[in-house]
Amino acid sequence: MHHPTTEARASIYYDYRVFEPWLPSKHPPQDRQKVLIAGAGPAGMVTALELARHGVPSVVLESELQVSQGSRAIVFTRRSMEILQQVGVAHRITENGLPWRFGNSYYRGQKVFRMEAPHDPDDRFVPMINIQQQYLEEYLIDACGASPLVDFRWGNKVVAVEQRGDHAVVQVDTPEGPYTLQAEWLVAADGGRSEIRAMLGGKLEGAAYEGFFVIADIRVDLPLPTERRAYFDPEWNPGNTVLMHREPHGIWRVDYQLPPGETPAEALKPAALKARIDAQLAMIGHAGAPWEMDWCSVYSARTLTLPDYVMGRVIFTGDAAHLLPIFGVRGANTAFQDAQSLGWHLAFVLQGLADARLLANHSAERVGAAREIIDEAGKSTRFMAPPSRGFRLLRDAVLSLSLTEEFVRPLYHWRTSRPHAYTRSMLNSPDDDNALFTTGPAHGAPPQNVRLAPDDHLLDHLGGGFDLLVFTAADAVPAPLLAVVAQARGRGVPLKLIAVSPGRPVAGADQTLADAEGHIRARYGVPSSGGAYLLRPDQHVCARWLRLDATRLQTALDTALAQQGPTS
Amino acid sequence: MTAQQTLTIPGLEAVYDTLASAIDQAGDGKAELFLVKLALLNANALGDPAQFQQHVQAALQDL
Repeated sequence: MHHPTTEARASIYYDYRVFEPWLPSKHPPQDRQKVLIAGAGPAGMVTALELARHGVPSVVLESELQVSQGSRAIVFTRRSMEILQQVGVAHRITENGLPWRFGNSYYRGQKVFRMEAPHDPDDRFVPMINIQQQYLEEYLIDACGASPLVDFRWGNKVVAVEQRGDHAVVQVDTPEGPYTLQAEWLVAADGGRSEIRAMLGGKLEGAAYEGFFVIADIRVDLPLPTERRAYFDPEWNPGNTVLMHREPHGIWRVDYQLPPGETPAEALKPAALKARIDAQLAMIGHAGAPWEMDWCSVYSARTLTLPDYVMGRVIFTGDAAHLLPIFGVRGANTAFQDAQSLGWHLAFVLQGLADARLLANHSAERVGAAREIIDEAGKSTRFMAPPSRGFRLLRDAVLSLSLTEEFVRPLYHWRTSRPHAYTRSMLNSPDDDNALFTTGPAHGAPPQNVRLAPDDHLLDHLGGGFDLLVFTAADAVPAPLLAVVAQARGRGVPLKLIAVSPGRPVAGADQTLADAEGHIRARYGVPSSGGAYLLRPDQHVCARWLRLDATRLQTALDTALAQQGPTS
Repeated sequence: MTAQQTLTIPGLEAVYDTLASAIDQAGDGKAELFLVKLALLNANALGDPAQFQQHVQAALQDL
C-alpha cells in the first residue's frame, strides 16, 4: 500500500495544495493506454502537454499528492520559456518571475568578473527568469488539467515494470492498494533517483564529483538586484564557493560548498546552517539582517547520463535519464528540451507517421545533448569544486591573478544552459542548401525569434507540427510545392505553410507574415525570394534552401520522418 | 619558422636569481601557488598552447 503524505508541506511563501488520490475502485477497468508518464515534474508534465498537442492521450502517474518540496529549480532560460510558451504556461512565469541577465563573481571583496547575457531586441523572453519550481509545477498542473488528453493521477506510484514485446505492464500502487496498467510506452520521468531506472538496471555513465553543496532558501530583505552572485574562497568558507540568487517573495537562494569531510547531516543542523548564513550575510555587508529559513537540502555535483534513453518500451527523460550539475542551471532547463523532443518523436511513432528509427533519433539527439552539457558542466564544476590538488592550485592561481590580470577573468564565466543544436542529426536534409547560407539558424539549430510587432513574435506562430517558412515576393506559393505539402498532410503529417512576404498575403499559404523591411528574411539569412526553412515540431531547423523546389522538399520531409536509411 | 628568441647567459642568470628569490619571498606553503600564477602569466605571454604543452612535457621529465 502506497501512503503519500496527506499533510501539506511546510513553506513560508508557498501554499501547498494537497490533491485527492486517484483510486482504481472509483474508475472502470483500465484499457491499454498509449502512454504512461511516471512523474509529474517538469519533464513529465511537458511531455504530457506536448503529446496532447499532437493529439496523443497520456496518463500521468504522480506518487505524491502535492508539488515539489522546496524551490529546487529556480532559474529558467530563454529557450525554456520558448518551450513553455508552446505548452501555454510561459505567460504565467513572466507575470510572476524575476528576470535577469547579469552575473557577478567576487573574490576578496572585489568584483572580478561580470557576466552579461546577451539580449537580442528580437527576443520575446529575457535570458533568465527566476521562479520557484512549485509555481512552475502549479502552472503545468493547471495546463494538464485543462487538457482533455491528460489523465492526471495523484498518489499513484509505479512499483513494478514488465517489458513485453509491444507494450509494458506496469504495477501501480495507490492508497487503497495496487492495480495494473498496460501501455504501449512508459515514460520514466521519475527524477534523479528514478526507481524505474533502478528496476530496469539502467547504468548511468560519467563522473561523480566529491564534495557537497548546501542549498538553502531564506527570506531576507536585501537591497540587491536580481543578478547571480558567486563568491569564491570567502573568509568564512576558505577554498570554497558560495552562490546567491534572488527568488520571488523576498526569498534568496544561498548555495555553499561544504569543507571536505563534513557530512550532509552535520551541515543541515540548524546551528551549522545559522552560523554559515549569518557569516555570508555579514560578508556581503548585511551582518545581523533578520532571516527565516524556508527549505534546505544537500547536493553533490554529478555528470552522468544513460547511454540510451529508450529501453524496450520504457523511455527515460529529464533527471531520470541524466544527472547534471546545478552550475549553469542545467537540470530543469535540459528537461524541457528533452520533453519537447520526446513529445513529437513519440507522437509521430504512435500515429504511424514514423517507425522506431524516429525514437532512436530522439535518444541519439538527447544523449548527444547530455554529453555536450556534461563536457561543459564538467569545466564549470572543476572550477567551482576542484576535484584534485592540481585543479585546486590552478583555480586558486586564477583567483589570485584575477585581482589584477584581465586575461584570466573569463574563466569565471561558467557557461549557462543553452539549447543543443542537432547539427549532425539524421533528420537534417542531405541535399538542401544549408552550407550555402552565410547566416541564420543552421541545421539542427533552434529557431531565431523575430519581433514582428509589439507583443507579436515569430515563435508565437510556430510549433505543433512542422513549419515550412517560405520567403517569397510572389503572389502565390508555386503549385508543385503545394502538391508536396498536400501529400504530406494527406499522410497525416502536421505541416503548416507560412509565407514571409514583403507585400500582400500569399495565396496557398496558411498564413502570411508581413516582412515589408525584410527583417525576418535578414535574420534567417535568405538573400532573395524563393528561399525557405523547414522547422521540426520542436522548432529546430532540419532543412533550408536558397531556392526551394518540390523534389527537395519531398526529400527533406522524408528525411525528417526518419524514413531514409536502414531500420535498426 | 622564425627563430625563437632565447635567454643570453647573463639573462638566464638574472632569471635564475629572480625566481629563486621570489620563491623564498612567497614563503612557506605559497611557493606552489606563486609558481602556478607565474606559469599562467608566462603561458599567456607565450600565446601558444602547443608550445606550452611542449614545455610541460619537458618539465615533467626526470623529476
